[in-house]
Amino acid sequence: MVSNDRNAVRLIRGVRKLRKVVVMGVGMTRLDQHFDKGIKELYEEAVLKALDDSGNPTVDHLYVSNAYADLVCDQADLGSLLLDYCGAGCSPITQIGGACGAGGCAISEGFKAVSSGQSDVVLIAGVEKVSDVVTKEATSISSLCEDQEYEASYGLTMAGINAMAARSYMQKYSATREQLALFAVQMHKNAVKNPYAYLPFEVTTDKVIESFPVADPLTFLDSSPLCDGSAAVVIGSVDSARKFTDCLVEMAGVAQSSDSVAVHERDSLLTMKSTVEAAKKAYEIAKVKPSDIDICEIHDAYTITGFIGLEDLSLVERGKAGIAIEEGTIAKDGKIPTNLSGGLKARGNPIGATGVYQIAEVTLQLRGEAEGTQVDSAEIGLTHNISGFGSTAVVGILRRLK
Amino acid sequence: MHMFKTIFQSGVLPMVMKPVNPVGIVGWGGYIPRYRITVEEIARVWGKDPKRYKVGLLVDEKAIAGPDEDPATIAIEAAKNAVLRSNINVKDIGAVFTGSESKPYAVKPTGTVVAEVIGATPLVLAADFEFACKAGTEAFQCGMGLVASDMVKYSLAIGADVSQGAPGDDLEFTAAAGGAAFVIGRSGNDTVADIEASCSFVTDTPDFWRRQGQPYPRHGESFTGQPAYFRHVTSAAKMLMDQLGYKANEFNYAVFHQPNGKFPVRAANSLGFTMEKIKPGFLVSKIGNTYSGSSPLGLAAILDIAKPGERILVVSYGSGAGSDAFSITVKDGIDEKRWLAPFITDYIDRKSNVDYSTYIKWYRMIVTPSD
Amino acid sequence: MSSPRTWREMPQRYRLEGLKCEKCGTVTFPPRSTCPRCKSDNMNLYALPRIGKVLTYSLIHSVPEGFEFNVPYPVALIELEDGTKITAQLTDCDSSEITIGMPVEMSIRRIREAGQSGLIIYGYKFRPIVKKSENK
Repeated sequence: MVSNDRNAVRLIRGVRKLRKVVVMGVGMTRLDQHFDKGIKELYEEAVLKALDDSGNPTVDHLYVSNAYADLVCDQADLGSLLLDYCGAGCSPITQIGGACGAGGCAISEGFKAVSSGQSDVVLIAGVEKVSDVVTKEATSISSLCEDQEYEASYGLTMAGINAMAARSYMQKYSATREQLALFAVQMHKNAVKNPYAYLPFEVTTDKVIESFPVADPLTFLDSSPLCDGSAAVVIGSVDSARKFTDCLVEMAGVAQSSDSVAVHERDSLLTMKSTVEAAKKAYEIAKVKPSDIDICEIHDAYTITGFIGLEDLSLVERGKAGIAIEEGTIAKDGKIPTNLSGGLKARGNPIGATGVYQIAEVTLQLRGEAEGTQVDSAEIGLTHNISGFGSTAVVGILRRLK
Repeated sequence: MHMFKTIFQSGVLPMVMKPVNPVGIVGWGGYIPRYRITVEEIARVWGKDPKRYKVGLLVDEKAIAGPDEDPATIAIEAAKNAVLRSNINVKDIGAVFTGSESKPYAVKPTGTVVAEVIGATPLVLAADFEFACKAGTEAFQCGMGLVASDMVKYSLAIGADVSQGAPGDDLEFTAAAGGAAFVIGRSGNDTVADIEASCSFVTDTPDFWRRQGQPYPRHGESFTGQPAYFRHVTSAAKMLMDQLGYKANEFNYAVFHQPNGKFPVRAANSLGFTMEKIKPGFLVSKIGNTYSGSSPLGLAAILDIAKPGERILVVSYGSGAGSDAFSITVKDGIDEKRWLAPFITDYIDRKSNVDYSTYIKWYRMIVTPSD
Repeated sequence: MSSPRTWREMPQRYRLEGLKCEKCGTVTFPPRSTCPRCKSDNMNLYALPRIGKVLTYSLIHSVPEGFEFNVPYPVALIELEDGTKITAQLTDCDSSEITIGMPVEMSIRRIREAGQSGLIIYGYKFRPIVKKSENK
């Protein structure tokens, strides 16, 4: 049996903080099938908004995260293309891939650059353009983050992996199909007032369960919709930031971890070690406990992914996500309001841009500027972004600066 | 009239192939896919009278390949069962011969896929055989030759087909999927049946054919009877029996190629074999005509139950045309080996019926956008 | 599906060949030249068992390109007799027959083909175990 105990090669030390890092400004496009906008237009919209929101600072380095522009847009070498379109050519830009976790990884890179003193101000943007292809192509493309030889080549899809986990979860914890569906119901409820959301309408548990099957037992409404969008955040050191804006949110901790791609190599489908490890480190660096978290934006690619995420982040007890949701724990007025944006499920899933959207959304909540979805007095927020079925996980913790 | 004379009448000397060194069967195995379609279901779609096939041809239903099966996968399953029963080191197989008339590739051997899967590569001969429905028994004869001449230690001979009849044609009611495999070695401690001798009776007789690039075969209807099937089957059988000095009652079993239920029964009767003797190898009513797999599967079914000392006559038939006949005597040791793999009856009993639309979809007879 | 890629994976796809660590007994599938547990590079050829049981499964309805032919098809995570896990399609069974814990055995099938003129990819699927007659 393959062991996942890889201590001898584990090099995780988390991110050592050298100086405080703050979010200076954010910008997002609405998520949709933007047939009329290409990847350049989406990027420019988010970036200009973020720069404006942060007082138009001088930026030392840029990062762009994207999952599948190579295939959807036939465009590699994205960074320079986008920068040039914005009239900002000749600036250093690093393109970061890694499927749906690319955004979180870009945030992690930007954080390290600033906290280590390499850069004073960086701009991190995620952008994804996916509506140019039809469903079958999109399904094939999103299968690229699976193990090609041992999963994708047998016709297993991302939905299929999550569906196998859902079946296993329901059997082990006696969770119900209705409980899973309730997660989607809550996500849609949250999205109704979010001006950026792709699906701002409510659904019922019956509607979720009766929508057409994607990979049994998961249905269409269990699955987050892939859509186009771009989000950008400007982060910097406190001193540099204060030259341009007073509205700051601290990035208290960012940590990253990984696991095998192929799920047959995992010990369990009901937990993602990458999330557990990244969360542990992030809590440690930020010096907070899970119970200190006031709000979170977690990676709910499917309803079951949301369940597993909540448990891996220690926000709900293992095996009890279904019950917690029934009891209103993750609702806007619950103990741990989750995905106030609507999450991947209802705000939308812009794949490689997701991780940056989450930072932007939590920042706005902590600033008190989350139009339509604001909760009262949130001080500490958490972001959770993964690739595939947890082959990479990035957890971020943000704190309101007083 | 000259075509109907037997070889004896035309003055040709009989020829029987007896290997210089005795050879035998070390292991055997077969495979039949899980799926069936009934004669009634096919008749329903084409407005035909099912009695014509059920009573007229003694066929109730036929086995069809699942959507992920083909002659290579069937050959592999049969080969694995034969190798299991053989209890040999698979690297000692020196030749893998696959006989089929429905090869997956026009150019690229099926034999190499089988050899690679079972682990017999790279020090192995792998060739594909073709002679309509007798491709499997030809593979068997060549396998015998290589072993008898000591050129290889063991050979693996397979007959497997996923055959297809033109939609609405009579052949559609019987064209089926299945296959069987035999490991052949020098007679000794590990052989469980001796292959005494073989003979072939081959002429150029155009009873059934398919041109290159054509999807379905054509046939000469009743011409496929006396001048084709019966002439070759009875000539080969008679020649073998005469030369070996055996009468019909000295065989415990006889298996003939089964294009339908009527032909083999008529052939058997004309040679003096009772229904009782052909019954254990008579599979066509339940699984249809598995073409290159037909008489090999019949032989495998008989080996599943035969006792030491019993003698089996096997006569194949391939259109175009020819027959291979064999006399096989079962030895001690067969009982220990038979339980190591599923019986042919286990595969016959494992079944699930499908309707006509599923069958033509699986057989890619519906044009889809991906084409 | 290119020739080299298809060919490279044959020992795994055709014969379930992995590597087993001589020092600590860890099995790797796909094979790894270094043991992930004890870091030894003494790895020996090891054929995975052909029999296992279904741990969990899903019926795939929304399919990727190349898999439109027989929808929905079941995919399962299977635990083999030695504890190694493997992902594969299930075959020769109706979806209503599939249960968690169901015993299955490996069978080589056509996995996919690269169009009408491309290569046929053969590989492992798993099916309910074919019942063998018993020696009574």
